[in-house]
Amino acid sequence: MLNLVLRRLGTMVLIMLVVALLLFLINEGDPRLIARSVLGPYAQDEQLDAWIMQHGYDRSLFVRYFEWISRVLTGDLGDSIIYKRPVNEIFWDRLGNTAILAGVTFLVMVVVALVLGVLAGMKEGSTQDRVISVFSIATTSVPEYASAVILAGVFVYWLAVLPGTSSMTGGFSVVELILPVLVLTLYGFGYIARMTRASMAEVMTTPYIRTAVLKGLPYRHIIMKHALRNALIAPFTVIMLQINWLLSGVVVTEFAFGYKGFGALLLEAALRRDIFLIEACGLAAVFVAVFTQTVGDLGYTYLNPRIRFK
Amino acid sequence: MSVTEHAGASGDDAPVLEISGLRLSYYTRAGEIPAVMDFDLTVRKGESVGLVGESGCGKSTVANGIMRYMGRNGGIVGGSIRFKGRDMSEFSEEEIRRIRGRDIAMIYQEPMASLNPSMTIARQLTEVPMVHEGVSEEEARRRAREMLEAVHIPDPNRLMASYPHQVSGGQQQRVVIAMALLSRPALLLLDEPTTALDVTVEAGIVELIAELSKEAGTSLLYISHNLGLMLEVCDRICVMYSGEVVEEGHIDSIFSWPKHPYTHGLFGCIPLPHADKNARPLVAIPGQLPLPHQRPTGCYFGPRCSFFEPGRCDGDLVAMESVHTDDDPAHRVRCLRWNEIDHDAAVRVEETREPVSVGETVLEVDNMRKYYEVRETSLAALVSRGSPRQVKANEQISFRAGEGETVAIVGESGCGKSTFAKVLMGLETATEGEVRLDGTDLGSIPVKQRTPEQLASLQMVFQNPNDTLNPSHSVGAQIARVIRRFGIESEPARVQQQVFRLLDTVKLPRDFASRKPRQLSGGQKQRIGIARAFAGNPKTVIADEPISALDVSVAAAVTELLMDIQREHRTTLLFISHDLSAVRYLSDRVVVMYLGQIMERGSTEEVFAPPYHPYTEALLSAVPIADPEVEKRRIVLEGNLPSPLDPPKGCPFSTRCPRRLGSICDTDPPPVQMNADRHAIACHIPLEELRLVEPVITIPERDALPAGEGATG
Ligand SMILES: Nc1ncnc2c1ncn2[C@@H]1O[C@H](COP(=O)(O)OP(=O)(O)O)[C@@H](O)[C@H]1O
Ligand code: SF4
Ligand code: SF4
Ligand SMILES: [Mg+2]
Repeated sequence: MLNLVLRRLGTMVLIMLVVALLLFLINEGDPRLIARSVLGPYAQDEQLDAWIMQHGYDRSLFVRYFEWISRVLTGDLGDSIIYKRPVNEIFWDRLGNTAILAGVTFLVMVVVALVLGVLAGMKEGSTQDRVISVFSIATTSVPEYASAVILAGVFVYWLAVLPGTSSMTGGFSVVELILPVLVLTLYGFGYIARMTRASMAEVMTTPYIRTAVLKGLPYRHIIMKHALRNALIAPFTVIMLQINWLLSGVVVTEFAFGYKGFGALLLEAALRRDIFLIEACGLAAVFVAVFTQTVGDLGYTYLNPRIRFK
Repeated sequence: MSVTEHAGASGDDAPVLEISGLRLSYYTRAGEIPAVMDFDLTVRKGESVGLVGESGCGKSTVANGIMRYMGRNGGIVGGSIRFKGRDMSEFSEEEIRRIRGRDIAMIYQEPMASLNPSMTIARQLTEVPMVHEGVSEEEARRRAREMLEAVHIPDPNRLMASYPHQVSGGQQQRVVIAMALLSRPALLLLDEPTTALDVTVEAGIVELIAELSKEAGTSLLYISHNLGLMLEVCDRICVMYSGEVVEEGHIDSIFSWPKHPYTHGLFGCIPLPHADKNARPLVAIPGQLPLPHQRPTGCYFGPRCSFFEPGRCDGDLVAMESVHTDDDPAHRVRCLRWNEIDHDAAVRVEETREPVSVGETVLEVDNMRKYYEVRETSLAALVSRGSPRQVKANEQISFRAGEGETVAIVGESGCGKSTFAKVLMGLETATEGEVRLDGTDLGSIPVKQRTPEQLASLQMVFQNPNDTLNPSHSVGAQIARVIRRFGIESEPARVQQQVFRLLDTVKLPRDFASRKPRQLSGGQKQRIGIARAFAGNPKTVIADEPISALDVSVAAAVTELLMDIQREHRTTLLFISHDLSAVRYLSDRVVVMYLGQIMERGSTEEVFAPPYHPYTEALLSAVPIADPEVEKRRIVLEGNLPSPLDPPKGCPFSTRCPRRLGSICDTDPPPVQMNADRHAIACHIPLEELRLVEPVITIPERDALPAGEGATG
């Protein structure tokens, strides 16, 4: 197991370095473009050249890449062009906001999906199963921008019980979090739920569950102790991949509700070519993706002793 | 102790289980499937009752019905099941739950699948007393440890901490047995508990079950299709056919005086020691078990019965009748003509066959070795860069096989039989030595480099035909493909002709050519496998456990078919098997392998009589024989097959050998001693001593029977 963890972490570092290189090449490959985005569209060629010399952008790509990497590693993310402040000052705040949104969504979504999936799969073909299955397919087929509009229509304009924007201008507010979380959960839970249901239904027909039943164990005990762990192995990987999906879903939802998060920041930075901000956001996004993938694989292995003790 | 209070009957003779008129059905889209009809059974305290019959006759359904575990689509339609005098149909779900695992326990065929892969063995064991008797965890652990010791697990503590996949199949089944016996149930249901295990392991498990149930006074309902096993385990036996009992009685009575034509048919299908492929060939029961919703009127066995009498056997349902044999007043049979039929006279009707004369040597294996390299993937191994370890899958294999000869290769699973087959087929190449087929060394030619003639001349029949038949093509097309590939025929009409001829050879109707594999039964698929193997007129055919997955009657038919084709084509047959009864029946020579090495080889008579190699001796003892007159010495092997990665230094068998001499066996490889011209034994014990060993199996003289006369012709 330790072996595997080390190998996995090694791969992860390697992937990060490669991705960082790509990010770097795209954003800082051409020094004139950097100078242009910093100095603005009206700067003259000599000004650009002077800026390039002054900031050391005439040196080789290789040198600059390692310089950048070592700066990033020491925590210096550079200055934002739009905000004219160190990226560090804006970035972590926004990331934190998104972490809250994604974290809450994730918790709600996983709990709802697992509970519904297990309830459905426990008794395959029952009414309970059919109701849950239809519901989870229906919600997944509505994209999040549509459900954002529909839910806002119902709760904000018709019932008027929830605020329509979530910019949190008056400080952190749970109420403002409800709609974005709801939208993301509705869109995302169906996939995990169906996966869990299929996995659970399969486990319930295995000979070892038959053994557990014929040992005279109470039904609850069979579900909790014998079925769940095996049934959750397959959805576990999906759940981890779902975090990646959440990141992209977050961009749309944050935008729809004016939530000041990382997704909105990324959008803004990309639109206005704010190089260091893009790089920071890109690195963060890729890190989350690679990290969850790794945790997913390791978790799968850990849960499944047949692989763990190979 | 579990105590279930019950009204009325008690005492030692009161039945533990009383089933009468039980009817069980499944409900499918096609309608009701009456799997079990009018089933009666009584099991008394401490008694062990066997339930035999072809697969699909409803044995498992009965066991599940008793447990009231019939799945979503099954249910009890009629009749009653009384457990210790109480009608189980009156039990609530909660009462049933409390009986399961505490008063009635069940053991299944696949031990690996029956254990939860993600729970330690300790937890799976301890939960039984914790749930049923509310004992503390320490107490439960103590009982679990005791029970593991009782099932002869050498290191219970280590085992308890393990997950199921970390222990061997035999140990898994011991764990399952321990789990079933933890609450000292009054009744134990066993559904083919050893079918998935090796013979040597099976012998140990069967002995263990008998020993433990005797000790605790547990009643057994033992389901199996293996009549030999029944004889070793059961007091009474019920023969089931198409959802009902057709004959029941004391084991001796049934084995000595079987009355029902079906019971007789079953005995005719199994290779008993006095069966002989030429003088007394096996006789399969014609036809197939009817589907439960397509039973004939009158006697269900009618269409397959050679004593069928129109107007009588196809009238009303046949009732059970008492037979009163000398051995057993309770012997009953469901046949209208049981006292008119003279089975002994009927037996002689079957034809005898000319023995095949063995021709020149076709296949010659000379000092063949096959080593696999295993690389370790752990970081430590990568760092230390140690040399890769070797698995010696085959070591110094030498033997010859002549034209028309059948050579059996026997041994427990993992002994290298399949590796040897792979080298012959060219799926692997030999590390050293030669495998000559008709003078050409094939051992070093991988399958891709073999000429079509070389491919055609060496073919294989597999244990599970499903693995090699393409589910999406018709079987005719698959046979045709082989014919074209081997260059036998290329013109479409003639290929088609050839396909039909092959179907005739394997006794399948010609219109089967257009069928898909899923439209065929297991036996029919195996026939297609045989047709394909013989498509290119092979000189040699390797049959890797060709009948071990088949039902007795189907196995008999396939065995006879294989022998017939061999006779006609004078094919050399390499028969890989762990079933020594079948080996004795059909092979001329036997090669006994253990951990990749040949322990003994010789003619069938030589190998089956002293002097034996100690391993052969143990294998012979492990095979159940369905003949009460055959006497057998019991030798149960302890321990598991050692890992081929780390084999014993001296004699490979030294870790389990009951006759081990001492340290010489651990340190020095045994010498190969020649007892006769081609009879070799690899053992340190001198031949003179081995010759003094008593025979494992004593077969009584049979010349009292009329059978003896025909055999000498
Ligand atoms: N779940 C099921 N649904 C429908 N038919 C079934 C089911 N289980 C078994 N059967 C049918 O019931 C009959 C008896 O099967 P089974 O009890 O498994 O026989 P055995 O154990 O003797 O091989 C067979 O015809 C089989 O096809
Ligand atoms: S009743 Fe008739 S058909 Fe049935 S087993 Fe007896 S003789 Fe055969
Ligand atoms: S050499 Fe020794 S250990 Fe091996 S079979 Fe002979 S007696 Fe047994
Ligand atoms: Mg069965």
